[in-house]
Amino acid sequence: MFDYESLRIIWWAILVFLICGFAVMDGFDFGIAMLLPFLGKTDDERRVMLNTVGPTWEGNQTWLVTLGGITFGAWSIVYAVLFSGVYAGLLLLLFALFLRPVGFDYRSKLANPEWRSFWDWGLFVGGTVPAVVLSLAAGNLMLGLPFELDGDMRSTYTGGLFDLFTLFPLLCVLVGVSLCVMHGAVYLHWKTESFIAERAQAVIRWSSILFVVLFLLAGLYIAFGVEGYRVTSAIDTNITAHPLHKTVEKSTGLWLANYGTYPLLLLAPLLTVGAALSAPFFTAKQHSATAFVLSSLAMIGAIVTAGGSMFPFVLPSTLSITSSLTIWDSSASHYTMKMLLAATVVFMPIVLAYTTWVYRIMRGKVTVEQVQENQHTMY
Amino acid sequence: MITNEVVDLSRMQFAITAMYHFLFVPLTLGLSFILAIMESLYVMTNKPIYKDMTRFWGKLFGINFAMGVTTGLTMEFQFGTNWSYYSHYVGDIFGVPLAIEGMMAFFLESTFVGLFFFGWDRMTKLQHLSTTWLLALGTNLSALWILIANAWMQNPVGAEFNYDTMRMELTSFADIFFNPVAQVKFVHTVAAGYVTGSMFVLGISAFYLLKHQDVAFARRSFRIASGFGLASILSVILLGDESGYTVGEVQRAKLAAIEAEWETEEAPASFTLVGFPNEETRTTDYAIKFPYLLGLIATRSIDEKVDGLDVIRERKRHRIENGMIAYENLQILREDKTNEVAKAIFEKHKVDLGHGLLLKKYTENVVDATPAQIDSAVKDSIPKVAPMFWTFRGMVFCGVTMLFIFAASFYHNMKRDAHNQRWLLKMAFFGIPLPWIASELGWVVAEYGRQPWTIANILPTHLSTSSLSSGQLYGSIAGFVVMYTALLCIELFLMVKYIRLGASSLHTGNYHFEKQGAGHV
Ligand code: HDD
Ligand code: HEM
Ligand code: HEM
Repeated sequence: MFDYESLRIIWWAILVFLICGFAVMDGFDFGIAMLLPFLGKTDDERRVMLNTVGPTWEGNQTWLVTLGGITFGAWSIVYAVLFSGVYAGLLLLLFALFLRPVGFDYRSKLANPEWRSFWDWGLFVGGTVPAVVLSLAAGNLMLGLPFELDGDMRSTYTGGLFDLFTLFPLLCVLVGVSLCVMHGAVYLHWKTESFIAERAQAVIRWSSILFVVLFLLAGLYIAFGVEGYRVTSAIDTNITAHPLHKTVEKSTGLWLANYGTYPLLLLAPLLTVGAALSAPFFTAKQHSATAFVLSSLAMIGAIVTAGGSMFPFVLPSTLSITSSLTIWDSSASHYTMKMLLAATVVFMPIVLAYTTWVYRIMRGKVTVEQVQENQHTMY
Repeated sequence: MITNEVVDLSRMQFAITAMYHFLFVPLTLGLSFILAIMESLYVMTNKPIYKDMTRFWGKLFGINFAMGVTTGLTMEFQFGTNWSYYSHYVGDIFGVPLAIEGMMAFFLESTFVGLFFFGWDRMTKLQHLSTTWLLALGTNLSALWILIANAWMQNPVGAEFNYDTMRMELTSFADIFFNPVAQVKFVHTVAAGYVTGSMFVLGISAFYLLKHQDVAFARRSFRIASGFGLASILSVILLGDESGYTVGEVQRAKLAAIEAEWETEEAPASFTLVGFPNEETRTTDYAIKFPYLLGLIATRSIDEKVDGLDVIRERKRHRIENGMIAYENLQILREDKTNEVAKAIFEKHKVDLGHGLLLKKYTENVVDATPAQIDSAVKDSIPKVAPMFWTFRGMVFCGVTMLFIFAASFYHNMKRDAHNQRWLLKMAFFGIPLPWIASELGWVVAEYGRQPWTIANILPTHLSTSSLSSGQLYGSIAGFVVMYTALLCIELFLMVKYIRLGASSLHTGNYHFEKQGAGHV
């Protein structure tokens, strides 16, 4: 039904879709965790904050888990090269994520204040570190990673953890963190009242401006300071190909080339800036749901901006530029992509449907009275 | 070049993290089902005690579930971090069930687990009951898909090597889904989970009965656990994995190792109950044997032979030699795809390519292997007997003991005097660790017995790892051990605390410690 070329493009789009899903859903969980020690002054307030995401954070995080599985199935070599390469970074991500299930579930099971404060900081780390590591990873993906493939397709990676912390990726970290903070504050504003909502409102105001400034700075950096990649040999997009059978060039500004080829793509950064700037106005007017949609659009816009400028590259290499992985030479086989597409088309709508249902059941604000009444059942 | 140290450390890390994960998995699998049963009783009878039971055991479920997720996260990414060549080589097949597992199972369980805890007052009874069943369904579907993936490693079907991309590619989804090894593995492992859940509820209820704490509550829980447990342990034992052994060469080698069948016996083979396998002399010292039994178990017949290790070893030598030819022609093909002669020879021998790769441990070029090196590879290709022999018997011992406990509990439950059988209650309580021991041993049998392969007959373990340094691995192993152990201690502390409190932890005002006005949290 679908030829190999279209399937690869569809699967690239699904990858972007899952990243967006993850960012929109888990982004506000991370943001709220980052704000937890600062906006929640008392234990009850912190419990209110935790319970805004308590019933749903776990499903949200599954976007990340599924992203792992989908990358394994549809882009195996990317899964293999990326995760073994950034070994220490990935472990850092995992160890921070470990604190979340136990943090949420165990925190309020004892009344001891030290115990609770310990887990509050654990949850703070569990929300902050993943946001930092993942934004850092995004920045480094645009720069390329120092790996090399041999003829057997075995990859070697020559960098260490600290090589990931260079200027551009660090800028990306600030972009990502400010966006998560804004997104989290918007959600918090929606789900809470009085003090916490007011504090969230203030956070939204400064974080949206901070984010837009940093986002534009990153854009300038990409235009003038980051070397992009382009495939220079002819590629047959319909066959299985070995990555080393192509040639690639690298120079500053190439990451913007797609915006020339597909001007429609410009909508993504415009959307990001527009949505982020207007979100605070809607929260001020108590249109929290609209504000949430807007900050989600800012998330999506930012991811599409980055992904779109790299297309068709998935994983560029600085060490041997021909080893760079594009969607044409790192995909699963034609048959596997077809099978997985069938599964995705069936299951993702179901997932979206029951997720919506769960959010509807859990709708409404979380209040201090509620958490006091339900000492032993809520987080 | 990847050193043996890196390979051994990678294996150790996988074993440690997987075995940690599997401390929590079986309880999730079993308890989610038991919760669904309890809540169904609540909805049918409208007795609040069943709701309290669901909520109390649900609390313990939640404490365990959090650790299941924590340790599961590692597993999802570990194939990439530590087994990157493996991930590339078989990702086209192996990644499929993992991707589907995410969409079909993980979303289901993790979305509904929140609703299970937070939704009691926001839904109708029937809606909440559906939530609980969907949660149980999610955990079981997750087991299904991951075991399909794991079974494919034991018996790789429906896939073919592609020399353009240097990897295995999927040729039939139906084959991997209906893999006979997957079916028996699923039934056995899921039933092992149900046994674990039942033993947990049975043992803890027995503890309450011994202490006369909330007797009505405990007796009802005991009853459900003994019934569900008896059915489950019978499935585990009767649907034991042996029936998966007639397919796949690696499975047959495992069986021979488990039984310490050094030489092929005439059909029907006898079963060695205990003895001391001796790798040097290739005999089992002080063996106590039962005639006919092995033949019956393994082949479900009395006239089919069960291959011994001697036969399997000689077949291996032949396949390794064929593998060298396949490898040689693969190299020619990669230089020149149009070479029809090489292609024909390769196609003929490619099923044995994996056996050629076994030689990579000794010589990079494979084709120049000396007879001594071939001998070493042949020797590697058979799992070590003693560890297989003992771990298997450990599992069976646990199984038989639990069969006795569940059968006795069920019997006394029917006679309605279980709460007076102190010996039985004590046995049930001290039996709580048995299902965990059995499951961990079972995985060692299954996974260690697959050595030297990660993908049976296709990809040897020593080629599968990432190009990491041993320093990185020491670091990550230390990290996992420290972190998981710390979290495990915290988890056990909370478990024990809530188990002691029992139903009083619900704060309904109706249970033991509350009536005496003591023990508030
Ligand atoms: C037979 C069952 C079984 C086996 C062999 C495994 N798991 Fe597992 N896993 C489960 C059964 C399970 C479960 C019952 O569904 C868990 C346990 C507790 C839980 O929270 O769900 C789970 C949780 C769990 C999670 C968290 C899911 C979530 O967020 O809800 C992940 C990512 C994995 N597992 C991944 C793996 C991988 C990659 C494995 C292969 C090495 C693996 N598991 C072996
Ligand atoms: C959670 C239950 C599991 C347990 C307790 C378990 C146990 C083990 C053990 C003990 C080893 C080390 C064997 C050795 O090195 O001698 C191992 C290795 C391995 N297992 Fe599992 N396993 C589990 C599930 C799985 C699943 C579901 C898969 C695949 C889907 C899998 C894939 C592997 C791989 C890739 C290795 C490393 C290579 C090797 O040593 O063969 N395991 N596992
Ligand atoms: C009493 C009779 C039992 C028999 C004959 C039996 C048989 C087996 C065999 C042969 C394997 C290896 C499968 C392989 O290599 O692929 C296995 C694995 C396993 N067993 Fe058992 N077993 C028994 C009891 C138990 C019990 C009581 C439990 C736990 C409650 C258990 C849990 C497991 C698990 C988790 C595995 C690994 C997964 C798998 O390969 O299916 N077994 N069993």
